Amino acid sequence: MRSARFRRSRSTCRTRRTSAAALLTALALTASLAACGTSSSDNGGGDSEGGGSSDPSAPLDPKAKVTLTIDCMPPPAKAAELKEWNEDVRTFNKTYPNVRIEGKSTPGQCLEPPRFTAMLKAKSQPDVFYTYFTDLEQVLDNDGAADISAYVTDRTVPALGDIDPDVMSSLTKEGKLYGLPTSNYTMGLLINRSLFEQAGLDPDNPPRTWAEVRTAAKAIAGLGKGVAGFGEYSAGNTGGWHFTATTYGLGGDIVDTSGAKAAFNNELGRQIAQNLHAMRWDDDSMGQTQLLKWGDLQKQIASDKLGMFLAAPDDITYMVQQLGAKYENFGMGPIPGEKSTLFGGNNYMIKKGSSPDKIKAAIAWLNFKNLTVGKGQFAWSRTKADGLPVGLPQPNFWLNDSKTKDDAQRAQHATMPVANFKAFMDNPVKGKAEPPKAQEIYKVLDNVMSGILTNKDADIDKLLSTAEQQVNQILANQ
Amino acid sequence: MSAPTLSTSEQPEARIRRASGSRPRATSREAFLRALRHHLSAHSFLIGAVLCFSFFSWYPMVREFLLAFQKTEDGRTTWAGWDNLRTVFADPAFWQAWRGTLLFTGLALVLGFAVPFVVALVINEFRHAQAYLRLLVYLPVMLPPVASVLLFKYLYDPGYGLFNSILDTLHLPQQQWLQDPDTAMLSVVIAATWMNMGGATLIYLAALQAVPGELYEAAELDGAGLLRKIWHVTVPQTRLILSLMLLMQIIATMQVFTEPFLLTNGAGPEGSTTTVVYLIYQYAFNFNDYGAAAALGLVLLVLLAGFSAAYVRLSRTADDA
Repeated sequence: MRSARFRRSRSTCRTRRTSAAALLTALALTASLAACGTSSSDNGGGDSEGGGSSDPSAPLDPKAKVTLTIDCMPPPAKAAELKEWNEDVRTFNKTYPNVRIEGKSTPGQCLEPPRFTAMLKAKSQPDVFYTYFTDLEQVLDNDGAADISAYVTDRTVPALGDIDPDVMSSLTKEGKLYGLPTSNYTMGLLINRSLFEQAGLDPDNPPRTWAEVRTAAKAIAGLGKGVAGFGEYSAGNTGGWHFTATTYGLGGDIVDTSGAKAAFNNELGRQIAQNLHAMRWDDDSMGQTQLLKWGDLQKQIASDKLGMFLAAPDDITYMVQQLGAKYENFGMGPIPGEKSTLFGGNNYMIKKGSSPDKIKAAIAWLNFKNLTVGKGQFAWSRTKADGLPVGLPQPNFWLNDSKTKDDAQRAQHATMPVANFKAFMDNPVKGKAEPPKAQEIYKVLDNVMSGILTNKDADIDKLLSTAEQQVNQILANQ
Repeated sequence: MSAPTLSTSEQPEARIRRASGSRPRATSREAFLRALRHHLSAHSFLIGAVLCFSFFSWYPMVREFLLAFQKTEDGRTTWAGWDNLRTVFADPAFWQAWRGTLLFTGLALVLGFAVPFVVALVINEFRHAQAYLRLLVYLPVMLPPVASVLLFKYLYDPGYGLFNSILDTLHLPQQQWLQDPDTAMLSVVIAATWMNMGGATLIYLAALQAVPGELYEAAELDGAGLLRKIWHVTVPQTRLILSLMLLMQIIATMQVFTEPFLLTNGAGPEGSTTTVVYLIYQYAFNFNDYGAAAALGLVLLVLLAGFSAAYVRLSRTADDA
């Protein structure tokens, strides 16, 4: 009797406890969104700030004592870049001896979305933090960046008037400026010159239309040995990204002007899809392995297994530095169609809540490091001396005098045959920003891309109309 | 699971006093303090673990629960009520992800549940080299998942993969494996089963070796063949372990992420390998919608909590058996 009662009480106690444990276990399994960020310097910690002018448009007073934390400092593995960074800090300190720059480097990419979102959530971004153009919305949602409109003038950033307004407008919301650009890119057609030559094609004249791309891809795939003529992404949201780039090139749109409806389920969308499907299945010129994402096509083209794909010039730097490829082996042309092209880039923003002197110091540094022809990142003679590449058409945000000067210096110190990018440089295509809710839309369009490239019997109309429905739903939920 | 002991503060005298209706007084407090002193070292040892769990486990859980009902816009965090859940349910990918997850779970049960049991049965029949076979079966579990996945990517490659070479040699039609909406998920499950079946096999093996030999002898005397011995002796004797493993598998496979994410780069052909946890990942890290990510996490949690409760109930039966 007693033992039975004990047993019952034991089991209820156990049940309660183990149910709770089970609940906690299940919770633990699904709750993995804890934010872990890096700590930033506390605002004004240890700085005796002041001594600066109260006028935001005036440059920083050299007497002002400021400490700045900045991310995206080159890691030790990038010895040459790190050496240049340290040199620039020393040069900058000659003018502003009281500004202490504390660089923070991260291995790998400067910005990895999971780390970045966690950092914003935890408000642990450094005083000056690196972002992509496309991050503006997210940064503002998290109240992360200071409005620097009043601080950025032609006194603090002398070359301001020569920066491409499209670039500046991607850092602006409702008339307020939140960042200063570091680099920008527009997408074009990247080609493997040696495969072009082997296939009897002219590498100095990359294909300019999709019909030409298809013909060239067929010729290159004809080389055999597992070589593909044209490569395309279809996973990790990069498939949708490229579907968008292709649509832009042909003058189409992904979302209509009202921003509320999908605009790709039409004749143009079908044409793009059919062309890719024909290249993949009728011509067999796109290789058998699909479901590729950023990084996969780069490996293929760097190892001479791929003839062409849509890319930005900085892909070449990645392939040379990480995959041991050679600059001479690549060329670029404008995006097929040339109506408009996806553009993007990266920039620095300044943490919200920073003191005026901190903001001024940050702008002074960014101006020196990233926005002065012949200085910092544009000191091409030094870049060449340090064994780093010169001659890529990127960054590409200068206009007018600055462009003339910078282009001349770039050509003078080029470490690669700049003629390889002539077709790309001589035919600039107007940049066009990503659609709203870009990543969500890309995810939907990934299905269109993977459907075309993995299913021989793909029903293109159905793929497009399903995607249209889903994109409309995403836009309705904004 | 160890049996719970009686709470130490429940000293017999205190219990008697409480039963007689008098309020506990100083003596019981003294008893409590004495008990506390007695267990002080145990408690101080626990502090570290409790702090660790609080910071890295319980706090994120509470935050996750709150996040599911919050929205952050223009720097302001507001209560969103059921909005996030509505967003998640309205997302066309929601049902696709559940379809993918349930398909994975279903296939993984057919393959990942049956295969290790059969392998365990076979190994159990061997009189020699058992230790070697056990090691062999467990080896894939020791491989880092990424290495296994890369291996399978090569095996599955439609152009130069080993599987298609074998099919080619046998004059059978080549398959697209991961590259075909119809076969992608099955290919993922095959890889996942190979990678994870070692643990299950060892557990089944232990269960099989606990089956008394007399039962088999008795069955043999009654003229039972191999299959009937398995059906009438082995299965009933290992039923409890089998059902526990089934639940464990369901709980584990519902959270599948690594294999489809690495093998098909996420969503797979026409989204056929999208899973719920991959969708949570997308919400959080690609769409920056933590609210929706937490809400979907909550949906998954409710389901898994149900399975976990069933698991606990079963394991209690196992304990009491």
